[in-house]
Amino acid sequence: MPQPKAIASVNDFVVKFANVNGSGSASANALFARAILRMGVPVACRNIFPSNIQGLPTWYEVRVCEAGWLGRRGGVDLMVAMNPQTWDKDVASIDSGGYLFYDSSRPLPDSKFRDDVNVIGMPITEICNKAYTDARQKQLFKNIIYVGALSALLGVDPLEVEKLIGEEFRSKEKLIVPNVKAFLLGREWAEANLRGAPMGLRLQRADKVKDRIFIDGNNAAALGAVYGGATVCAWYPLTPSTSLAEAFMAHCRRLRADRETGRARYAVVQAEDELASIGIAIGAGWNGARAFTCTSGPGISLMQEFLGLAYFAEIPAVVFDVQRGGPSTGMPTRTQQSDLLSCAYASHGDTKHVLLFPEDPRECFEVGATAFDLADRLQTPVFVMLDLDIGMNDWLCEPLAWDDSRRMDRGKVMTREALEAGREFGRYLDVDGDGIPYRTYPGTHPARGAYFTRGTTKDRYARYSEEGPVYVDNMQRLLQKFETAKELLPRPVRADAERKTQFGVIYFGSSSAPMREALGALRAEGIHLDTLRVRAFPFHDEVSDFIADHGQVFVVEQNRDGQLRMMLVNECGVDPTKLISVLNYDGTPITARFITREIAEKVGVLNPVPLKKQRVAR
Amino acid sequence: MTYLAKPKLHHPRLPANKLGYTRRDYEGAVSTLCAGCGHDSISAAIVQACFELDLPPHRIAKLSGIGCSSKTPTYFLGNSHGFNSVHGRMPSVLTGANLANRALIYMGVSGDGDSASIGLGQLAHAIRRGVNMVYAVMNNGVYGLTKGQFSATADKGSKSKRGEVNTDAAIDLVGMALQLGASFVARSFSGDKAQLVPLLKAAIAHRGAAFLDVLSPCVAFNNHEGSTKSFDYVRSHNEAVNRLDFMVERAPITADYAPGTVRAVVQHDGSTLVLRKLAEDYDPSDRIRAMTYLAERQAAGEVVTGLLYVDPEAGELHDSLNTVERPLNALGDAELVPVRPPSRASTRACGSRTAGGAQGVNRRPRPPVPPRAPRRSRRVPGSGAGA
Repeated sequence: MPQPKAIASVNDFVVKFANVNGSGSASANALFARAILRMGVPVACRNIFPSNIQGLPTWYEVRVCEAGWLGRRGGVDLMVAMNPQTWDKDVASIDSGGYLFYDSSRPLPDSKFRDDVNVIGMPITEICNKAYTDARQKQLFKNIIYVGALSALLGVDPLEVEKLIGEEFRSKEKLIVPNVKAFLLGREWAEANLRGAPMGLRLQRADKVKDRIFIDGNNAAALGAVYGGATVCAWYPLTPSTSLAEAFMAHCRRLRADRETGRARYAVVQAEDELASIGIAIGAGWNGARAFTCTSGPGISLMQEFLGLAYFAEIPAVVFDVQRGGPSTGMPTRTQQSDLLSCAYASHGDTKHVLLFPEDPRECFEVGATAFDLADRLQTPVFVMLDLDIGMNDWLCEPLAWDDSRRMDRGKVMTREALEAGREFGRYLDVDGDGIPYRTYPGTHPARGAYFTRGTTKDRYARYSEEGPVYVDNMQRLLQKFETAKELLPRPVRADAERKTQFGVIYFGSSSAPMREALGALRAEGIHLDTLRVRAFPFHDEVSDFIADHGQVFVVEQNRDGQLRMMLVNECGVDPTKLISVLNYDGTPITARFITREIAEKVGVLNPVPLKKQRVAR
Repeated sequence: MTYLAKPKLHHPRLPANKLGYTRRDYEGAVSTLCAGCGHDSISAAIVQACFELDLPPHRIAKLSGIGCSSKTPTYFLGNSHGFNSVHGRMPSVLTGANLANRALIYMGVSGDGDSASIGLGQLAHAIRRGVNMVYAVMNNGVYGLTKGQFSATADKGSKSKRGEVNTDAAIDLVGMALQLGASFVARSFSGDKAQLVPLLKAAIAHRGAAFLDVLSPCVAFNNHEGSTKSFDYVRSHNEAVNRLDFMVERAPITADYAPGTVRAVVQHDGSTLVLRKLAEDYDPSDRIRAMTYLAERQAAGEVVTGLLYVDPEAGELHDSLNTVERPLNALGDAELVPVRPPSRASTRACGSRTAGGAQGVNRRPRPPVPPRAPRRSRRVPGSGAGA
């Protein structure tokens, strides 16, 4: 068999681990990734897991990238194939010239391999069976053993791994020694037996991580909620949003216990369903606490009626929607950006809601706090649109920053003093011309400021009325309020190409990292794009200006129907033929390669002037 | 006469309570329910109870769902904030409101459709969490606003106004409340104010989930022969287990009680419930026997009323959550926004965290963390990935 070509790369490759879930692989794989980070080399990790606790296939992808691209690249350079169930598919997914690392304890027929892939076998089971007697240890230490072997093959600093093991088991010290031993067992075996193995992928110390942090979006968003002053959280367990509520509880236990009494300055209720979750958040918001719920698409579906009430009765609430693949149960552990429409126009009747689109955990933290100011200021539900990719994967990002001089904006709340002084109070009276009325908290004043909250139509003084003009007056004010929101929300971020171009691209959320990477690749192909990252809905006027400035605008999304595009057509009054969808919705995070290929193809079709490259080719 | 506005003038010598409020200060708008509706009597009982308890009206929040009964908060406590929420979901809204401000009194008002049909789940969970509230069901066995369909509390075999026979089993809300751990459970009748007002007062003073099932005949759709929720039926089958006198302060029990027939229960706030026994051997402190008794008497066709169960020392949701005394909605930046960097012990630089916790659906959150030193633009949690 001729030696296949071998991909050679330093600090720039993709390693994918194929495992069986419940086998303890996730910790070992993350240990591998963190050790690389400690060498100053950025990594982007993605856990691709099933809705299952034990026995089904799971993958962990580690993209090593000194250049710092944090999106998924696409392709696999080194497959660590530990799951016989998915062997064929895993082997098939390796880039030509890439590497296959596998457990060679049992012989496999030649047909199970590829001619154009370099194979490195290690009898992991055999080694484990020899070294351990306990069945559980035989299984668990397999993972650490292959991390040891990979450290030798790729050049991971073993001291970093040992340090990390020490930190991980700081509170369970007796686990440190056996873990380090297993790691060294794998490493030493590889050093002795795999010296001549074909391996063109290498790691080298760099200084590209700096003080950046490694954190998942749910965790960061939950911390944002703590800094944003949230006190009431009601939630129902639902992947991929569960870890957000759990992180909120963990942060609160640490940061929100009363110093003297140890009592909680927060309340978390695990509700009986999502209807109750949003009901509790709305009840608390009505009563002047900062409240939120976190959920995913199926929960959003269940909350529709309540969301209409909160919109119409003007009650603040924050909803973190960690999106997953829909419709129905869909792909419960896969990522998508497919709840835009069900959130933006949630509930029956004419409704519109505020959405925020964080691009990474750092922004999850920021908007996780800001959302509460916006909800109070606008007296309406505010949706923070995460997705599984941002929410559940650890991302390398700038340290989370907080301005100590910042104060909560509680919005327009009429105080007891103002009521006492005789200030006019009408719950739905637009005194400032911005569509935002004043509210009072229950219990404020013995004789003034009480009002009745209802989902029925009411006049400016909260009195029940089904008079047409009264209803229209209220609905118009709500539109006015939505208009006001545009200026309060995070602005879109525009970046123009170095040279003038008729092409623009609009993107948002977790597509941002691969989009930015794709720009470079497209530029190399002679395709120049101006870009606009949308950060909120309702869209700022700059969004329609951007579309107007370009002949064609690509809209990159992770859903089937081009939901953002629909909203742009709806809300910005633009010619729909100008907007061209670039859609990835197979449940895996969109990749830079995918975006590059899609846009290049579409530009090729659209562009009547052949590109330079194409001319040369002819 | 519901189109007439309520007169603003009232008798100058109308009696005032300790706070100087007259009964009128506890009233609301004129009711738009049908003349003779049982619900209006319950509204009047709520007004009387709050007046007699000397409650500041603005310290009560009244919440309801949807339906005739849920409209009543407009007709009492006009100086209190009210919330007419969505059908069957008042319990969650009330729970949230209560979490935000534990210092107010929460009065949940609902109907049998709102509570036993569409809202059965929310009612059950609010009770089992021990939300500190009064939850009153105005129970008439029919959907009034949609004109007379059976509700889930309609007895099997009872007849609708049009003569249809209900074939579904009835849900007994009182039995359910007992089973779910409500710490105060009573049943009464809108036509018996002497029984209802003290029960309401005791429920308001009770700390924990207080559940009141009030049979409240629907004069428009369920007050006919063959109905088990009509005035006549309830009157003739009403079997009270006890008679309650509610006392705000620990008061000596006065003479007109025959020895052995009185039981005094002191509630958490010091208020005293004096119970005159009507049914022999009925013990309102025994939850399990209460359930058995109810099942037996109901099987015999009786409508058992009175204070059926009370645990004067019950806890409530805020105890379980160990929340601070100060209402959460009154906490400001200083109490809520972490100002000091968390202790070094909890400082785990991100990069110094190894992969921990199971990945996947049950993944545990990792404590991230910490602002180092308080600077103007401070670093917050997370942790340096750098070595």
